[in-house]
Amino acid sequence: MAHVFQVLINLFLATGALFLLIKLLSKIFDWGTIRFTQLNASAKRLLLAGIVILIFTWPLLVAGQPYVLRTSIIVLLYIVLALSLNFVLGFAGQLSMGHSAFYGIGAYVTALLTVNMHLSFWLALLISAVVAACFGFILGIPTLRLKGDYLAITTIGFGEIVRLVLVNWTEVTRGPAGIPGIPSPGVFGMVLRSSTAYYYLLLLLAVLTVFISYRLWRSRLGRGLIAVRDDEIAAEAMGINSTNLKVLAFVLGATIAGMAGSFFASFIHYVNPDNFTYMESVVILCMVVLGGVGSIPGVIVGATVLTILPETLRDIATYRYAIYGLLLILMMIIRPQGMISVASLKGGESGAHTGDKRGYQIFRRLSGSKQC
Amino acid sequence: MFMEQVSNGLALGSIYALTAIGFTMVYGIISLINFAHGDIYMMGAFFALTGFAVFKLPLFIAFLFGMAGAALVGLMLARFAYRPVFNAPRINLFLCAIGAAIFLENFAMLVWGPETQSFPQVINNQVYRAFGFTLSTLQLIILGTGIVLMAVLTYIVQYTKLGRAMRCTAQDMNAAKLMGINTNRIVYFTFALGSALGAAAGILVGMYYKAVFPMMGFVPGLKAFVAAVIGGIGSIPGAMLGGIIMGLAESLGAAYISSGYRDAIAFIILIFILLVKPAGLFGKSVREKV
Repeated sequence: MAHVFQVLINLFLATGALFLLIKLLSKIFDWGTIRFTQLNASAKRLLLAGIVILIFTWPLLVAGQPYVLRTSIIVLLYIVLALSLNFVLGFAGQLSMGHSAFYGIGAYVTALLTVNMHLSFWLALLISAVVAACFGFILGIPTLRLKGDYLAITTIGFGEIVRLVLVNWTEVTRGPAGIPGIPSPGVFGMVLRSSTAYYYLLLLLAVLTVFISYRLWRSRLGRGLIAVRDDEIAAEAMGINSTNLKVLAFVLGATIAGMAGSFFASFIHYVNPDNFTYMESVVILCMVVLGGVGSIPGVIVGATVLTILPETLRDIATYRYAIYGLLLILMMIIRPQGMISVASLKGGESGAHTGDKRGYQIFRRLSGSKQC
Repeated sequence: MFMEQVSNGLALGSIYALTAIGFTMVYGIISLINFAHGDIYMMGAFFALTGFAVFKLPLFIAFLFGMAGAALVGLMLARFAYRPVFNAPRINLFLCAIGAAIFLENFAMLVWGPETQSFPQVINNQVYRAFGFTLSTLQLIILGTGIVLMAVLTYIVQYTKLGRAMRCTAQDMNAAKLMGINTNRIVYFTFALGSALGAAAGILVGMYYKAVFPMMGFVPGLKAFVAAVIGGIGSIPGAMLGGIIMGLAESLGAAYISSGYRDAIAFIILIFILLVKPAGLFGKSVREKV
C-alpha cells in the first residue's frame, strides 16, 4: 500500500508543479500579449524580426548539442501536428481524436513508397499528403452528421481501425515489426542526412502550416468555418454551406498531418504501428487544448511546452501520461480556454483581463451547447 | 463450431451488456459520455485481483470488494472531475472524462505495473455440452452473474424510490430539483451503481481470460459505447440488447472473418449504426432545439 501513496504523492507534486508552471506561462503570455499589442508598429516589426531570426539561426546557436537540435525537430513536428488538429478542432469545432491515424497513414505511405518502390522522398511526400487527404475526406463525410462526443468516439474508432490494419496487414506493412531503412530526402543530388537539414525542412513545413492557418483564419472561407463552429444553424441561414466547410477542414488537417508523418518517417528512418496509437492523438489533443483551442500562437506554445517538458524533466517522464490526464481535468476546471486564449490575441483594447472571459465564451460556443 | 461461437458470443455479450448499462445510465442522467467507464472496469478487475491475491479474500468477497472499490473510484471521479464542470459546456465535460481515463490507465500502470497480471484459476472450469451448445462453468457464471445483476438493476430502477428519482432526474434535472429531489445525490448514486456494474464486468473478464492489465479497459469502454448506441443511448434494455448483439457479432466475426480485426468490427458497426439509425434500436430520436 505504501507504494500507492508514494505514486500518489509523486503525481500530486509533479502535476502541481507543472500546472503552476503552465499557469505562470499563461500569465506571462497574457502580459506579453498586452505589451506586444501596445507597442508601435516599428517596434512590433523589430520584435517579430528578432524572433524570426532566432528561429532561423537556431541550429547554429545550438551547434554543439545534437540532443537539443533533435528535440527542436520533434518540437517542430508536434507544432505541425497540433496545428493540423487545430484546423479540425479550432476552426471547424469538430472534436477529432483519431488524428494519429492520418499521421500514421502519411508515414506508412512514405515508408512503403520509398523502401519498396524506391520513389524519391518528395514524390512520396506528395502522394502521402494526397492519400491522407483522401482518408480525411472519407472520414469527414460520415462524421458530418455527428457532433461532439459521438464524433470523438467515431474518430477514435477510425484511428483504431487504421492501427489494426497496420498491425494485421503483415504482407504490406510487416505488422508489428515495422518498416526500417527509410531513406533521407535528397535535394539536387545531395542527401539531407544531418539534423540541421531536417530542422530546416520541418521549419519549412511549420511555416507553411502557420501561413495556411493565418490565411485561412483571415479569409472568407475561414470566417465561414468559424461561423459554423460558433453557430451552425445561424451560419446555414446566412447561406454558408457548412458541409463543404467541415469536410474541407478535415481534409486540410489530414493533409498536413500526413505530411508531418511523411517527414517523421524519413527523420526516424523507421515506422512502427506503436508510433501511431491513440495516446499519440491524445498528446496532440492535449497540446491544442492546453495551448488554447483555435488560437494559432496558443497551439504553437502548447506543442512546444508539452514536448520540451517531458524531455527536460526526465523524472516525470514515467508519470507523463498520468500527468496529462490530471492536467486536462485541471485545465478544464480552472482555465478551459488554454494558455493563450483566442480573444487575448485579438489584442488591441481588450488585453488579457477581458480576454480570459471572451476566450472562455468562444470555447463555450465551440462545444455547440446552449445549456445554462 | 457455429453453436460454440454463439455461446462464446453470449458470454461476451453479457459482459458488454453489463459495461454498457453503467455507461448508458450515466448518459441518461447527465448526458455525459463517461469515457473513463472502461478504466473503471479495469480498476474493478485490479481491485478484485488485489483483494483475492494480496488480502486472500474468498472469491465472492473479493468480487464485492472490486465492485465497491470501483464504485468509490466512480464516485471520486464524479465529485472531483465531473462535478466542477457540470454546468460548463459538454466539450469541457468530455475532455475531463478523457483526462480521467488517461489518468486512471496510467495510474494503474504506475501502481500495478504495465505488465499483464494473471488472474488465478478460481473456479474449476468444466465444459458442458447440450443441444450443440458448449458452455463452460465460467461462461455459465458470467451469464448468471449478468442476468442477476441486470435483474437487480431493473428492480432498483423500476421499483424503488431511488430508481424513480433517477428516472425523474434523467427526464428533467431542473424539474426534479424543484420537486425536492437531491439531484446531486442521484448523480453520484448513478455513477457508483454504473461503476459497480462496470467493475463486475471487468472482474468477469479478468476471470474469463485469466489476465488483468492496465489497458484492458480502453477497447471495452469504446465497445460499451457502441453497444449503448446500438440499443439507443440512454435506454437500459437497449444497452442489454446492444451488448448481446455486439458480443455475438464479435465472436462470429472473429471466427469467420479474421481474429486480428475483432476490435475493428465494433467500430464498423458503430459507423454503420450512426449512418443508418443514429437513434439506435430503442432510442427515440431527439430533434435539435434551435
